[in-house]
Amino acid sequence: MIGVITMLRYTLNRFKWAIITLWAVITLTFIIMHTIPGNPFAKEGAMPPAVYENLQVHYGLDKPLLTQYGNYLLEVVQFDFGPSLKSSSISVNDYILKGFPVSLHLGAQALVIAIFFGLILGVVASLKRNKWPDYLSMVIAIVGISVPNFILATILINYFAIKWHIFPVATWATWQHTILPSIALSMMPLAFIARLMRTSMLEVMGQDYILTAKAKGLKRSGVIIKHAIRNALLPIITILGILTANIVTGSFIIERIFGIPGMGDMFVKGISNRDYPVILGSTIVYSAVLILLIFIVDIAYTLIDPRIKVTGEKK
Amino acid sequence: MKKSKFSVLALLMAIMLILAACNGGSKETSNEKEGGSGDSAKSKVLNVNNSSEPGSLHPANAQGTHESWILEHTFEGLTKKTEEGKIVPGAAESWEISDDGLKWTFKLKDGLKWSNGDPLTANDFEYAWKYALKPETAADYAYQLYYLKGGEAYNSNKGKEEDVGVKATDDLTLEVTLEQPTPYFLDLTSFYTFYPIDKKVQEENPKWALDAKTHVSNGPFKLTEWKHKESLKIEKNENYYDKDKIKLDAVNFALIEDENTAWQMYQSGELDIAYPLPVDVQGQLVNSGDKEFNNGAELAVYYYNFNTKVKPFNNAKVRKALSMAIEREKITENVAQGGQKPAFGVVPPGIPDATGDFQENTGNLFEENVAEAKKLLKEGLAEEGMKELPDFSILYNTLDSHKKIAEAVQGMWRDNLGVEVTLENAEFQVKLDREKAGDFEISRAGWVGDYVDPMTFMLWETDGAYNDAGWSNKEYDSLLKEAKSTMEPKERMAALHKAEKVMIDEMPILPVYFYTKPYMVKSNVTGVYAPINAYPNFIYADKK
Repeated sequence: MIGVITMLRYTLNRFKWAIITLWAVITLTFIIMHTIPGNPFAKEGAMPPAVYENLQVHYGLDKPLLTQYGNYLLEVVQFDFGPSLKSSSISVNDYILKGFPVSLHLGAQALVIAIFFGLILGVVASLKRNKWPDYLSMVIAIVGISVPNFILATILINYFAIKWHIFPVATWATWQHTILPSIALSMMPLAFIARLMRTSMLEVMGQDYILTAKAKGLKRSGVIIKHAIRNALLPIITILGILTANIVTGSFIIERIFGIPGMGDMFVKGISNRDYPVILGSTIVYSAVLILLIFIVDIAYTLIDPRIKVTGEKK
Repeated sequence: MKKSKFSVLALLMAIMLILAACNGGSKETSNEKEGGSGDSAKSKVLNVNNSSEPGSLHPANAQGTHESWILEHTFEGLTKKTEEGKIVPGAAESWEISDDGLKWTFKLKDGLKWSNGDPLTANDFEYAWKYALKPETAADYAYQLYYLKGGEAYNSNKGKEEDVGVKATDDLTLEVTLEQPTPYFLDLTSFYTFYPIDKKVQEENPKWALDAKTHVSNGPFKLTEWKHKESLKIEKNENYYDKDKIKLDAVNFALIEDENTAWQMYQSGELDIAYPLPVDVQGQLVNSGDKEFNNGAELAVYYYNFNTKVKPFNNAKVRKALSMAIEREKITENVAQGGQKPAFGVVPPGIPDATGDFQENTGNLFEENVAEAKKLLKEGLAEEGMKELPDFSILYNTLDSHKKIAEAVQGMWRDNLGVEVTLENAEFQVKLDREKAGDFEISRAGWVGDYVDPMTFMLWETDGAYNDAGWSNKEYDSLLKEAKSTMEPKERMAALHKAEKVMIDEMPILPVYFYTKPYMVKSNVTGVYAPINAYPNFIYADKK
């Protein structure tokens, strides 16, 4: 019972800080995006001043920046992220509501692949250190980190779609369409997790308590699963927060290559078009996801490592 | 021990559940798809790629090819263009032009209907044009309607709606009054900002264009499905007056941004038309004799601006020297690789002259000549009191193809003139800013014509909106004025030829090449053609 109350207080406290962080992120982004050169209606071509003026008025960009900032905050509080300046057919809310589930779906599949195979590779490599399974795992890991995912994606399409006709080339219609992009997206985190897990395992395996466990006569498998892996997971959990935030908010490159209607392009196109509401909307979503995941990671620590406890009290 | 084994098992189960959930969730859609493709085996469905989500499918708010390709197949203006580029009646049946070229009277075809069955009248045209000009609409392309008398005034909040020069005198007659004689006005009436909109629908539901269910059009096809950022579908419009000539039942537009992916989809048969093609694919296809390959003309020119306000580029001899010292054919053949045409002028081929083709009649306005270039450079620099060129750079927006061309030019100047230029890439927006501020020596630019007339390439009027070179020439200005004041084709074209020559003699810009439009069409698809200022058209296409 006390645990629940502590937990609740802790969560509330974190929530308060999350709101403050988000406000800071919005404010900073707002200042930075209005500082960089360019404007949303700039085009390679002539635009008569009257047309430009009408557009500014239409989107409220003629008002003083402080007013725009105030209006924006008011809208955001009501979960309205405004229109996209480049598209009258799809608002920033649509962008997020339609794109985020797709990116999340793709990211979740990629993460499952990455975590599952990454952990296996890492553990096997550490247990068979300097033997062929170790070398094989690390070759896979190095390839995964050093080959950019757009190259991997192209190779996958070329063989699995064009040569062998096992999967479709692109778009996002059936589950078959999701396989190739998930694999392409998973390689980098997979390699990352494998390497980290190997290092972490080797370190843990050299600890005294492993020796003690072995000395007590526990079975090797028991020592590995209960003591080694569990402790070696801590660094993985730490990076998993940021890794997940990056992956589930969409990859511009993978989504572009496979023609996936996710939200990965918001981050890139928003900036290059100077589409102010899109820039702010994507930043807010990313920050919110990141804050949430860091919170989950903190909770996860306590589950895995009993030495870590949450407290709701102020320090 | 037992407990941990159990937790590993639980974890595995959880992963499997997640995977199963992911699969299960999309299974329904997969069944739907299969059902859909069963139908398409019987009916004729064309698959193309629109490259990007259209920003708007309202003719007034459309502003680029991602919108226009769909609009061109779902709407029809007063006029339309044939495969040969000839202007023929569209929604209009006939028209009359007053002698001074200011008053145009269009007679509409009788019994025209919107895709929802509403009758289409001249009122819909009047309403649509005024709607696009209304300041609150904030239409990017409103300036296309500035040709109408009072159009610009109304759009800039200085005039009244009633004073705009378009009026439906009865259901079938549209009277248009222009600001000045505009011989290419007929060409403009086939452009999407001039399309009609259903007045009744617009007044009842201003958001009609945002959803396929409420979208109403008057062209050969109608919009029936719009999955944002995923795909669009248009189907044959049974209310179209010429529907018997339309053979396709439907067209699917994919929204694949990556050119290589689109190309791979074309190869695997998921697309019937591939455009635009990746540069290296163009290079392989252009001389391959592949039957599916087509290379249409494009109403566009690739060039470099000289900043004529900066020493020594204020000197025409220096500018000419640099322009004469590059080898355009090498650039088009080895770098751009799309069968482009080296440009020795600024008006691209494919625009009719008083007789014949404007560009063909012009011929080459200068030649590449290294010896002459060296001489001119020396003279020009001496006139400016300089011994050699100061540090200068080519500014281009970050894109691989621009970089390759800039590198080629850099090499040619080094080899031919012994001149060293640095390359500077900037993000598109930053480049535009710097051009407007005059903060550059040489900058990359391209211009796509708005309509099929040489006038659209006469950009270097003093203080013209797109005159980034900052060049000013009285003779050029007065020649343009002359051309704008007359409807007489011979006089007009003579003035435009002269203007182009005056400009090229001073070389405020360095023309590089005229664009082409390389695209692929599957051999079982017929009747696709590429108008000079539009994407490949498939209104009359057929698929076996």
